[in-house]
Amino acid sequence: MDQVTLARALFGSSMAFHIIFATLGVGVPLMIAAAETLFQIKKDKDYETMAKRWTKGFAVLLGVAIPSGTIVGTMLTLLWPGFMEIVGQVIALPFQIEIFAFFLEALFMSIYVYAADRLSPGMRILSVTLVALGASASAVLITDAQAWMNTPQGFRYDNGVVTDVHPWQAFFNPSFFVTAGHVLVSAYMTGAFAIASIGAYQLLRGRHSERVFAYHRKGLFLGLAIGGIMSLLTALNGHETAQMLHKHQPEKLAASEGLFHTTAYAPLVVFGTPDPEVGEVVGGIKLPWMLSFLATNRFDGVVKGLYDYPREDWPPLYVHTLFNLMVGIGTLLIGYALLAVLYRYIRKRPFPRWLLLLFLTGGPLAMIGIETGWIFSCSARQPWTIYHIQRTSEAAIKSGNLGMLFVLFLSIYAVLLVLTVLVLTFYFRRHPVSAVLDKTT
Amino acid sequence: MDNSTIAIVIIWGMVFIYSILGSIDFGAGFWAMVYKTDANAGKIANRYLSPSWEVTNVFLVLLVVSLAAFFPHSAGILGTILIVPVCLVLLLLLIRSAFLVYSFSVKAYGRVLNIVSGLTGLLIPGLLVSVLPVTLGGFIDTAGEHPSLPLGRLFSSPSLYAHVGFGLSVELFLSALFLADYSHEAENREAYRLFRRAAIGLGPTALGMALLTAFTMVPEAHWIVENMQRQAPWFLLSVAAFAVGYTALWWKRRDGGHGFPRVAVISVVAQLGLASYAYGAAHMPYIVYPFSTVERGFTNDAMFYSLLGGYVVGALVFLPVFYLFWRLFLKDKRYLKTE
Repeated sequence: MDQVTLARALFGSSMAFHIIFATLGVGVPLMIAAAETLFQIKKDKDYETMAKRWTKGFAVLLGVAIPSGTIVGTMLTLLWPGFMEIVGQVIALPFQIEIFAFFLEALFMSIYVYAADRLSPGMRILSVTLVALGASASAVLITDAQAWMNTPQGFRYDNGVVTDVHPWQAFFNPSFFVTAGHVLVSAYMTGAFAIASIGAYQLLRGRHSERVFAYHRKGLFLGLAIGGIMSLLTALNGHETAQMLHKHQPEKLAASEGLFHTTAYAPLVVFGTPDPEVGEVVGGIKLPWMLSFLATNRFDGVVKGLYDYPREDWPPLYVHTLFNLMVGIGTLLIGYALLAVLYRYIRKRPFPRWLLLLFLTGGPLAMIGIETGWIFSCSARQPWTIYHIQRTSEAAIKSGNLGMLFVLFLSIYAVLLVLTVLVLTFYFRRHPVSAVLDKTT
Repeated sequence: MDNSTIAIVIIWGMVFIYSILGSIDFGAGFWAMVYKTDANAGKIANRYLSPSWEVTNVFLVLLVVSLAAFFPHSAGILGTILIVPVCLVLLLLLIRSAFLVYSFSVKAYGRVLNIVSGLTGLLIPGLLVSVLPVTLGGFIDTAGEHPSLPLGRLFSSPSLYAHVGFGLSVELFLSALFLADYSHEAENREAYRLFRRAAIGLGPTALGMALLTAFTMVPEAHWIVENMQRQAPWFLLSVAAFAVGYTALWWKRRDGGHGFPRVAVISVVAQLGLASYAYGAAHMPYIVYPFSTVERGFTNDAMFYSLLGGYVVGALVFLPVFYLFWRLFLKDKRYLKTE
């Protein structure tokens, strides 16, 4: 691998590792806050138990999320010195404000965990809300930097010199709101479906008392309900994202849909392989006119194709598959939530075993969706680090033995991933919910 | 003062704050390992560490982000030459934090944690301190197309080891003093006795290492030794602050006990503040000698004012929260004396 590819591999794998913990770190606090609130409304102790147990798991995840976030943040400067030179001059604000979101999260997490017995109930809810707010705000702010890389503005760039800087214009770049919204609701969706997966797993295991079954059913349904709402919002937002891409990054949209010829009545192609020689996607399912409609709200809207751009500026064509995976998983999860509603409110039956098996896959699927989504977004921006301003090859570090570091980091990530799963499993085996529930009844 | 000077003063402040908090944080991990057989002292160290390590870690991110924001050109050079040591720091940080949270969930990890957090408590500050000699010049290889840091040259230099020894002795001295004060606040005599003794041994060591560091500078770094001589009054004041803090460990208390640890901690923090101000002033105008100066590394004025606004607002919002945090975990007897 050459230097640029190695830098991308090291940074990409660090991001991929961090995203698992960061996404759950945004999604799970919302679930905790929801459970605390339900406890106050319904006065059902089960929800209080849920909040406590989820907090325990969240604290472990946060212990990996914080240092891995530190790694990613510092690696930006280490691996992309050319990029950070421009960032420091134009888009430093979201990074700076994000630090304050970190402070909010870290301070109130300690207060919520280590001072819980000394706080009034109101202060406890306030603390956990501020933790959730800090986590969400840091996700929004770091996404702002990513949005700016896609739709840069607020400065002039000639011959490597940055002039005429307007930091707040850069901050409120055109794709900020839609992209930040996408990251936020999809993280909530993932946290909720992860919780639902745990509930489904416990219900499938059997061997519980009726009391414990009831507890897990509540957890499962809370996860499905919030997960369903968030997956719908993610889909709606995805539509806005397509329109944003159409307007600001037409190559990215063309590559994600495998569209080569600029045309009106453009079709949406699901799956298949884009073939630059043939000039279309081979082996996919064609939905006529739909891409034009998606991008412009009109069937006769003109969508730009890749042939309009020089070949060296094309994103890699595999992003079409990543895009399909992301959208496919999102759609599937909406289906899960609809099935849950159907069985609970219309057929009024408990979830059958096959449905629980489906729900079990929800959390891992959502996480795969998040990962493919991020890889899609960053690969489809290539060959640019900052769209139409700076190429990735210009941004990367020029010297240094990255191969050794790559192996080192990858092995530590693998070990920590396994250890974290083991620690969480061990803890919740050792402290089964039945022990808590039997005490309260 | 022009804007780039204000910016470097802010960065200096952050380096100072993090070096104090980081020393106490990593030092506490080390002391918890050393005193693991002693129930009192080990427990006190862990009691401080549990709620505070995440917050301390945020100060490190704050420093990195602020440096990249105020001095993007210098951050680029620093990142390129320091990639290996900084990556090692990051990995060790990840391992340490992960084991910190693992041990809260699985008691069996407690023993592993003691070792992990004790060893990283020495290695991380040691690696961080190695940044200092590199910025002074003499280690960076400019022969190739881009500057790089030949690790062999760095790790065979006595100057590096003098810096590391100095950094570690200051870290352990300060953390022992702080934990002595923390045990005193918790009214834990046993732990106080141990940490006071450790601090008494380490204080003169730290001072001696500081002198040794100045004498082992590589020839390329002599510019800073000359500059430091011009800052002599500040260094003398710093030694005076040390003298006050160190003797405060013997001052007689009304109840017959020995030492005023709070006075000692505050004086030694003042000592470090004065010395690092003098060092920072001597380091000017270079961030990385001779590649990058404060003026050339600086961002633009528009970004500078926006960031400055951000820090003012952030500081105003968070000061009360830090006060609340201090009350809950450093002052509240119910927490300090938990069994």
